[in-house]
Amino acid sequence: MTDMTTALDRAAAPGGDGGSVLSVEDLHVRYGGSHVLQGVSFTVPASGVTALLGRNGVGKTTTLKAIIGLAPRTGRILLQDKEIQDEPTTRIIRGGIGYVPEDREVFGGLTVDENLRLVDPDRGVEAPIVGRLFPDLVARAKQRAGTLSGGQQQMVSLARVLLKDTSVLLIDEPTKGLAPKLVTEVADVLSEVARTTPILLVEQNLPLVRRIADTVVVLDAGQVVHCGGAAELVADPELTRELLGVSMRREGAA
Amino acid sequence: MRTAVSLKALPAIIVLAVLAYLPYVPIEVPGLLPGRVNGPGSLQLLATCLVIAGIALSYDVIFGRTGLLSFGHALFVAAGSYLLTISLSNWALPLPVAILVSLGVTTLLALVVGGIAFVVVTLLVRSRAGHAMAAVRENEARAAVLGFDTYRVKLLAIVVGAVLGGLGGIVHALVLGGSNPHVTTTEFTLALLIMVVLGGAGSMWGALLGGFLYHYADARLVELSGAGFLDALPDVVQQVLSEPLFILGLFFIIIVYFAPAGLTGLGGRLIRRGRAT
Amino acid sequence: MTDFVLILVTGLGLGALYFLAASGLSIIYGLMGVLNFAHGAFMMAGSYAGFLTMGALPASLSVAARLAMAVLVALVVGAVIGFVVEVVLIRPLYRHHIQQVLVTVGLSLASVAAAQGIWGADPRTVEKPEWMASTTMLLGARLPNDRFLFIVVALAVFLGLQALLHYTRLGLIIRAGVENRTMVEALGINVHRTFTIVFALGGSAAALAGLLYSQYAGTVSPAQGGSLLIYAFIVVVIGGMGSLVGTAVAAVAVGLVQQLANFYAASGVGDLSVVLLLALVLLLRPTSMKGAHA
Repeated sequence: MTDMTTALDRAAAPGGDGGSVLSVEDLHVRYGGSHVLQGVSFTVPASGVTALLGRNGVGKTTTLKAIIGLAPRTGRILLQDKEIQDEPTTRIIRGGIGYVPEDREVFGGLTVDENLRLVDPDRGVEAPIVGRLFPDLVARAKQRAGTLSGGQQQMVSLARVLLKDTSVLLIDEPTKGLAPKLVTEVADVLSEVARTTPILLVEQNLPLVRRIADTVVVLDAGQVVHCGGAAELVADPELTRELLGVSMRREGAA
Repeated sequence: MRTAVSLKALPAIIVLAVLAYLPYVPIEVPGLLPGRVNGPGSLQLLATCLVIAGIALSYDVIFGRTGLLSFGHALFVAAGSYLLTISLSNWALPLPVAILVSLGVTTLLALVVGGIAFVVVTLLVRSRAGHAMAAVRENEARAAVLGFDTYRVKLLAIVVGAVLGGLGGIVHALVLGGSNPHVTTTEFTLALLIMVVLGGAGSMWGALLGGFLYHYADARLVELSGAGFLDALPDVVQQVLSEPLFILGLFFIIIVYFAPAGLTGLGGRLIRRGRAT
Repeated sequence: MTDFVLILVTGLGLGALYFLAASGLSIIYGLMGVLNFAHGAFMMAGSYAGFLTMGALPASLSVAARLAMAVLVALVVGAVIGFVVEVVLIRPLYRHHIQQVLVTVGLSLASVAAAQGIWGADPRTVEKPEWMASTTMLLGARLPNDRFLFIVVALAVFLGLQALLHYTRLGLIIRAGVENRTMVEALGINVHRTFTIVFALGGSAAALAGLLYSQYAGTVSPAQGGSLLIYAFIVVVIGGMGSLVGTAVAAVAVGLVQQLANFYAASGVGDLSVVLLLALVLLLRPTSMKGAHA
């Protein structure tokens, strides 16, 4: 296991204060008989993008869910040095975490504007950040979210969490199922957002990771097996294959 | 191997032996039974309690063991009961034939209803309420993976439960000397649900205990209210407490909260705790 | 033609009652996943609250005025009971769906028994305003006036609920929550408050349904809620759980089918036809049990 302190030192990029915004200690998750997470520990630096990687089914999505309390778990979770593992999900979210789930989970029966007004009742689609990063959504404000394309729904899902001030964003496979052009668009948005808000990103798309991630945390068999700089990992094909196998997408643009 | 089987059957054999002997017991059990144990009042009460217990067991096959939340079990019980009385009185069939007719038609009904019910239930299991059921019973996908044909298992459960229910209805009519329209109601099915959960869903003794206690309480609690315990309480409270179903309903809510595994589940826990110390 | 008008109005009138009974049930199940078996008890509470109010008010007031007061009292009583039941019995069992259902079954058993103990099992006659008890001639058909009131009330409730759902923040949260309650929580919105309000609203609607149903039947009894509840469930399943428009359409359909069958076949065939309709809908559209969320 790579020494985590040196990885964090390397991750203290210009603009970052070197501290961590989110810290997970000894996280265990048991789902009906199977021990999915067996003592996962890592920290998310207070700036930049941290990619959470691993083979299919290893527990990446479960980790994100466990952090915000949507999966039954034990362990310590600290958000900006404050313990949050005993709080209910809504309180954790309001404490400053934005969660973008796998499969987007927009409310299909609600319009784009209504989806956003759930989080920002006064402005909805008129919020400045929507106009800045998602101009297409402004045009589609009255369109029912269920009729949007996958890429557009992903934008709604991202916009939702950007309407509130957050300390960290948990984003789960935002480019899944998207065409290369859309992957690039999502990557652009994520890079832009990461300038002000740290992101813990679950992704299978290696080129995307190479482009926008600063640090990586790799899971295998329910535990963290590697922590380090993203550039180093991606540059080492042998290490990549050893840790991630062939399940990582090599094509698909970034 | 043989000794294990007979050991398991031992409690049932003992209970049956005791029950068979009861009509010869002339003792009085004041408060618990009206009159002597082998008097007509007590025997009728015990007989009805046992029939209801049996019907509760038939419901447990469908709900407790297979996890299918049935709201229409009354259909099978009523079919058995009414078909028997109609066969006997309107068609003047001899008893054995009447019983066969009732059972036969009830089985047919079970197959038809089971078939339709299965279609609905498969889809229900995938809905939100169904996921809750999966939390109580074995996960259907897991069962399918293990090689069990879930369709056949469910249909079998429905038919077995229905036929047993119909049989219970037949005996019910015999014990009561006629068919009681109460067994056709949704309230009756819900009462069976309560009995099974009260005693412990998925457990044979649980369903029997729940059914027996429910009917016993329903029949005997009325006596209690007349006994004068409650005279000191205000009228409204007296009126409410004199309704056995009120007390049963309240007790049921408490059980659901604090002992969802039912009375037998509670008993099991106490036994385990006793062994541990 | 006269037959058609008669069946239409009586069917719509009945459908109106079914809608009132089913609307709360539908939203409660759609949003919270709770099959509220105590809904019948809420209806019973409304009918008895109305009965007692009308009896308690001075006889110098007209029956219609006392009925109007009774409606207000029933609405408040229903809301309070819904609120208390949700906070005390349902909320502690959050995410334990089966236990929540069982608790409502126990509650319905206990409350019906309690009502029986206090007021007796026999139906008691309710006072009905003269206008409602009489009929109006329309296109040759003799139409009972109370049906018109039921239709107007149901329409008002429908429009009111639609407005709530589409123009208020509460309604937005309900619509989102019916689709995906977990995601609403994952956005930091406290659904528990919404649950309580929805249960209170459902209780209110149920109480109103119970009161109007007792006017329709001319009597009030502890068992009334139970019989209306079955139809409410059927309407909710046919209409799609969590969908208000679906519930409205289904309620009208059930009411009309029932009246048609009762009129042209025999009394009682109506009930059977409704069940057949339910079976048909379930077989043709299997997602009926899923609610609005796929």
